[in-house]
Amino acid sequence: HVSYELKDDVAVVRLHDPTAKVNTLSSQMQSDLKEVMGEIWSNKSVKSAVFISSKPGCFIAGADINMIQSCQSSEEAARLSQEGQKMFEQIEKSPIPIVAAIHGSCLGGGLEFAIACQYRIATRSKKTVLGTPEVMLGLLPGAGGTQRLPKMVGLPDAFDMMLTGRRIRADKAKKMGLVNQLVDPLGPGLKPAEERTIEYLEEIAVGVAKGISNKKVPLTKEKSLKEKLQDKLMDLAPVRKKIFKTVSEKAQNQSKGFYPAPAKIIECVQTGLEQGREAGYLAESENFGKLAMSPESKSLIGVYHGQMACRKNHFGSQRRKADGNGLAQVSIDKGLTTILKDTDVESISRGQEHIYTSLDNKVKRKFMTSFERDVIMSNLSVQLDYSGFESADMVIEAVVEDMDIKHQVLKEVEAVIPPHCIFATNTSALPVTEIAAASKRPEKVIGMHYFSPVDKMQLLEIVTTDKTSQDTIASAFSLGVKQGKTVIVVKDCPGFYTTRVCISLEEHTAIGHSVGLSLSIPLICDEVGLDVILHISEVGYGCCLSLHMSDTCSLYLVGRKSGKGFFLYEKGKNYKNDIYWFHRLISRVVNESLLCLQEGVLRNPVEGDIGAIFGFGYPPSIGGPFRFVDTFGAERLVSIMRKYEEVYGAPFTPCQLLLDHAKDPSKKFYK
Amino acid sequence: MASMLLTTMRSCHVSPSLAMRFGARSLSTTAQLQAQVQTKSKKTLARPGVKNIVLVEGVRTPFLLSGTTYADLMPHDLARAALQGLLNKTGVPRDAVDYIIYGTVIQEVKTSNVAREAALGAGFSDKIPAHTVTMACISSNQAMTSGAGLIAAGQCDAIVAGGVEFMSDVPIRHSRKMRKTMLALNKAKTVGQRLSLIGSIRMAHLAPELPAVAEFSTAETMGHSADRLAAAFGVSRLEQDEFALRSHTLAKKAQDGGLLEDVISFKVPGRDIVSKDNGIRPSSMEQMSKLKAAFVKPHGTVTAANSSFLTDGASAVLIMSEEKALAMGYKPKAYLRDFVYVSQDPKDQLLLGPTYGTPKVLERAGLTMNDIDVFEFHEAFAGQIMANLKAMDSDWFGQTYLGRKSKVGAPPMEKFNLWGGSLSLGHPFGATGCRLVTTVAHRLKKEGGQYGLVAACAAGGQGHAMVIEAYPQ
Repeated sequence: HVSYELKDDVAVVRLHDPTAKVNTLSSQMQSDLKEVMGEIWSNKSVKSAVFISSKPGCFIAGADINMIQSCQSSEEAARLSQEGQKMFEQIEKSPIPIVAAIHGSCLGGGLEFAIACQYRIATRSKKTVLGTPEVMLGLLPGAGGTQRLPKMVGLPDAFDMMLTGRRIRADKAKKMGLVNQLVDPLGPGLKPAEERTIEYLEEIAVGVAKGISNKKVPLTKEKSLKEKLQDKLMDLAPVRKKIFKTVSEKAQNQSKGFYPAPAKIIECVQTGLEQGREAGYLAESENFGKLAMSPESKSLIGVYHGQMACRKNHFGSQRRKADGNGLAQVSIDKGLTTILKDTDVESISRGQEHIYTSLDNKVKRKFMTSFERDVIMSNLSVQLDYSGFESADMVIEAVVEDMDIKHQVLKEVEAVIPPHCIFATNTSALPVTEIAAASKRPEKVIGMHYFSPVDKMQLLEIVTTDKTSQDTIASAFSLGVKQGKTVIVVKDCPGFYTTRVCISLEEHTAIGHSVGLSLSIPLICDEVGLDVILHISEVGYGCCLSLHMSDTCSLYLVGRKSGKGFFLYEKGKNYKNDIYWFHRLISRVVNESLLCLQEGVLRNPVEGDIGAIFGFGYPPSIGGPFRFVDTFGAERLVSIMRKYEEVYGAPFTPCQLLLDHAKDPSKKFYK
Repeated sequence: MASMLLTTMRSCHVSPSLAMRFGARSLSTTAQLQAQVQTKSKKTLARPGVKNIVLVEGVRTPFLLSGTTYADLMPHDLARAALQGLLNKTGVPRDAVDYIIYGTVIQEVKTSNVAREAALGAGFSDKIPAHTVTMACISSNQAMTSGAGLIAAGQCDAIVAGGVEFMSDVPIRHSRKMRKTMLALNKAKTVGQRLSLIGSIRMAHLAPELPAVAEFSTAETMGHSADRLAAAFGVSRLEQDEFALRSHTLAKKAQDGGLLEDVISFKVPGRDIVSKDNGIRPSSMEQMSKLKAAFVKPHGTVTAANSSFLTDGASAVLIMSEEKALAMGYKPKAYLRDFVYVSQDPKDQLLLGPTYGTPKVLERAGLTMNDIDVFEFHEAFAGQIMANLKAMDSDWFGQTYLGRKSKVGAPPMEKFNLWGGSLSLGHPFGATGCRLVTTVAHRLKKEGGQYGLVAACAAGGQGHAMVIEAYPQ
C-alpha cells in the first residue's frame, strides 16, 4: 500500500490502497507505512520526505471504519488509538522534515496524519477538503488530533472543526493555518488534468522539502501581532476556562445529551492543555475506546453505511432531463436542461428569483463564480405553456396536493410529451396508483417524494406502483442520485413510508422533541396540508388519528396553506428525558416502520432506517427504527408495547414481524 | 507632426526576392533559407470566384513601455499618428479609402469610437465612416478581417484597419455605490434630498475601481492562467527565460539591422521625436533567474522578465482588393488569405488559441506546416508560447482536444518570430495584430518565403490564425 522512490535526497512516499476506492489508515497501510518510514529514516542520504497519494481525489479519507467496528472491547479500541498516536508522534518527531502533499479528501485519521507532518501543501481543488468528521460517527479524533489541532489552528477553530465535523476547503484551511501552501489545480496539458495536477503537486512538494532541509523555507510563519495577542490571551487560565465552559454548554444544548462524543472531545482537549500531552494522549485513547463501544457510535456508523448504500443505483442508469422550483434548482446545477412551468407570471417570477437568490448566495460566499451561476441559470427556462415538453425525457409535476388537479395536469402533460417520457409526481401523500389511474401509460408514472426545502434535504422517496416499469424506476433513481439525493424506493400505500410513519405519531411531536425524538413531523404535516393527512388517514390502514386532528381540519387550519398549523399545539410542559413518553412514541414509529417492511412497502431495513433519519428526523444516535429493534431487543419492545396496548388499544399492537423477532432473538435486521 | 519617412514602399527589397525566385545564390540570404526555396511549392492560394485581398502597406508607431514618452497623450493621438504615417508612406488620396476600422481593448470613455476620432484628426475625409471593434489581444486582427470581409462582399475596395492601446492612462472609476449616489444627486430636486444623498456617502464608497486585470468569467488574472498553463505542459522556468531572452535578442538584432521598417517616427508634442521601440532589453539568464514569480506565489514560473509588458502603441494597415491596388498603381506586399477564429475553455486553455487556430487555418488553405516559411505568433508570455509549442507537438493533445489522428507539429524555431515578438517589442493589446501581419509580409520579402502564418491568443479563451501569401515580385 505504500511505496517510495528517491528524487535526489527527497524520499517521495506514495500511498495507494489497491483494494479500495479510497485510501484509509487500515492496519495494512499502517504497517506498510511503518516499514517504509523505518527504511527512510535509516537511510542517511535522505534529507527530507514527501507524502503523497496516488489515488485521484483522495489523500487519506480517514481511519478504516471496519477496523474500529470489529473491536470487541473498549480496551481493544483504545489500543488502536494508542497505535495511531505512537505512529504519528514518530512522524512529528521525525529527524528529517516531512511534507504532506494533499490533493482530495484529507479527513479524520488522514488529517491527523497530515498535521503530524512538518509542512502541508494542498491543491486548491474543489475535491480537496480537510476535516475531522469523527464526531459524526460518534467518535473523536483518536490519533493525537485532539492534542495537535488546537495548537495548530487555535482553540476556537479546533473546536469548530472537531465538534461539527465540518469539511474545510483548501483556501479556508490556508487562512486557518491548517496548511502552509496552496497549489492551483492544472488544466490538461500533455496528459489529463487530474494526473498532471498530482504530478505538479509532487514537483512543488519535492521543491519545498529540499527547501526545508537546506533551511531556505521556514517551517513556521511569523505570527502577526494580532495572532500573538490572541495566543497570549488564550494562555490565560480564566480565558481558557471560559472558552471550555461556553463550548461545553453549546455542545450540550445541541446534542441534547444524546450524543456523548462532543463532551469527550472537549474533555480530551482540556486535559491535554492543562495536564500536558501525556495525560492528553491517555484521555484521548481511553475516551476513543469508550466511544467506539457506545451504541450511539454503532448506530451512526450504521447510518453512514446505509447512506452510502442508498446512493448506489441497483436499477441501471440512464440519462434524463427533468422538469418542476426547488426541484428545478437541484436539477440545473447538475447540468440538466430544465423547464420550469407554472400557471401564472408571478409564480414563475418568484420561482426563478428563489433559484437565483440561492445560487447568488453561493457566489457571495465564494462557493462559485458569478459566471458559473449564470451558466447554471442558463439551463433553466421558465414558461407558462407546454412548449418544449415534446422533447422532455422526464416531467416532474409539483402542483398542489389535490387529486383532481393532479389528474388534470397529468392529462395535459401526457398530451404533449413523447412516448418515452417519464411522468413523476411529487407528492408526499396522495396515492400514486390513483394518480396513475388517469394515465394512458401507467408504467411511465412514478412518485418522487422530495422533502422541503428540496435543496437542503437529502432524502428522496421514490414511490412505485404495481405497474411502474423497472426502466422508469431506474431513470428516477439515477436522476435522484444525480441531484445529490439519498434515495429510497418504496411501494405505493397511503402516506408511503415516511409520511405514514409520521402520522402515526402526529399528536405528540412537541413532546418528542424533548425526549430526543425531534421528528420534523409538524413541519411535514404543515407542508403537506393537514387536509391531505386527514385524507390519508381516512382511507389508510390503521393510522389512528386523534380527535383534535379532525378538529383542526374542520377549523380550516389546513397547515401552511392557511398559515397556521401544528405548532399552535405546542404547550409548555417539560417532558425532558421522560422515558414513558420516549417509549410511547418510539414504539409507534418502530411498529409502523416494521409494518411497512412486513407489507412490502419497504424493500429492506437499510432503506427504512435511512428514510426515517433523513425523511422525518429520526434520531441518528439510535440509528433508525430497524437498528433500534436490533439493539433495544424486540422482546423488550413488545413487552413495553403490550402495556401501552392495554391502555390505548390497537395502535400499540405489535405487528407480526416484530413478534417474530421477539420470538426468535437470533433474528436481526442487521447481520 | 512630421513623420520621418526614410523610403517609399515601392522601392524596397526587389533584389533579394528576385534572387530567390530564380533560385540563385544570394549574399543576403542564409543557406537555411536557400533550402526552403528549393522545397517550396509555387502554387498560389488564389481561388476562382474569390477576390484577392492584398496588404498594401502596414505601419506602426514605436511601441513604448506605458508611462514613458507617450504618458500624456490620449489613445486617439497614437491612432492618429499611425494613420498619418500610413497616409504619408502610401500617399493614398485622403478620400480614396472606403472605410476605417480600429481595434482597441481598454476604451477611453471619451473616445469610445476611437477609429472615428483618430481618422478625423489624421486628415482623412470626413465622408469615410469608421468603427471600433474589440476582441482582446486580437482586436486589430478583427479590424483587418472585418475589412477583408467588406472587400470580399463587394462593399468596399480600400480599407484602413488598425489598432491602438494606451496603458499609460486607463479609466479608473468611482465605486458602484458612489456612482449610484452621484447619479441620484443629478436627479435630486430639493436641497434636503441632496443633503441626505451626500450624507449617505461612506468612506468605503470613495475607494476607486480599477479596470479588471482578470478574466471576467473565471476571475483569474491572465498571468496566473499562463503560469498554470506552463505548469500543465511542464514548461520550466529555464525554458521560459531562454525564450524571453531569445525574443529580446532577436528584436535587438532586427532593430539594429533596420528590419523593423514598419515603425514610423512620431513627434510627441512637448517631447522628442520617438522612432524606436523602447522595451527591447536583452538581459542575461543570471539576471532573469533572480526574479521572483509574479503571479503564482511562491512556486510559479511566470515572472516580469518572461511576460509581455504594458505597452502604448498604435498600428495601421491599408488593405485593398488586388484590382483596386493595381489600378491605383500600388505594388502590394502580400495577399491576405484564409483566416480563422477559434475559442476554447477560458479557464484551463485561455491562451491556447494558436494551437487550435493553426491546424484549422492550414486545413482551410490546403497547406501543411512544412509549407509555411514564416511564423509570427503573438508572444503574450514565454510560458504561453512554450505551452502552445508543446501542445502542437503532442499526439495526446492533438487526439484528445483537436480531434486529430496525430499532433499538429510545432513550428521550427528557425522560422519562428525571427524579428522579436510581443515579449520584447511590446504588446499594445489592440495594436499587435497589425504588427504581426505586416511583419510576416516584410519577412516573406526579406527571407524570400511564399507563405506566412500569423497566430495569436486572446483573453476570453479565443484565438486567431491567418495565412499570408507573398505577392509575386
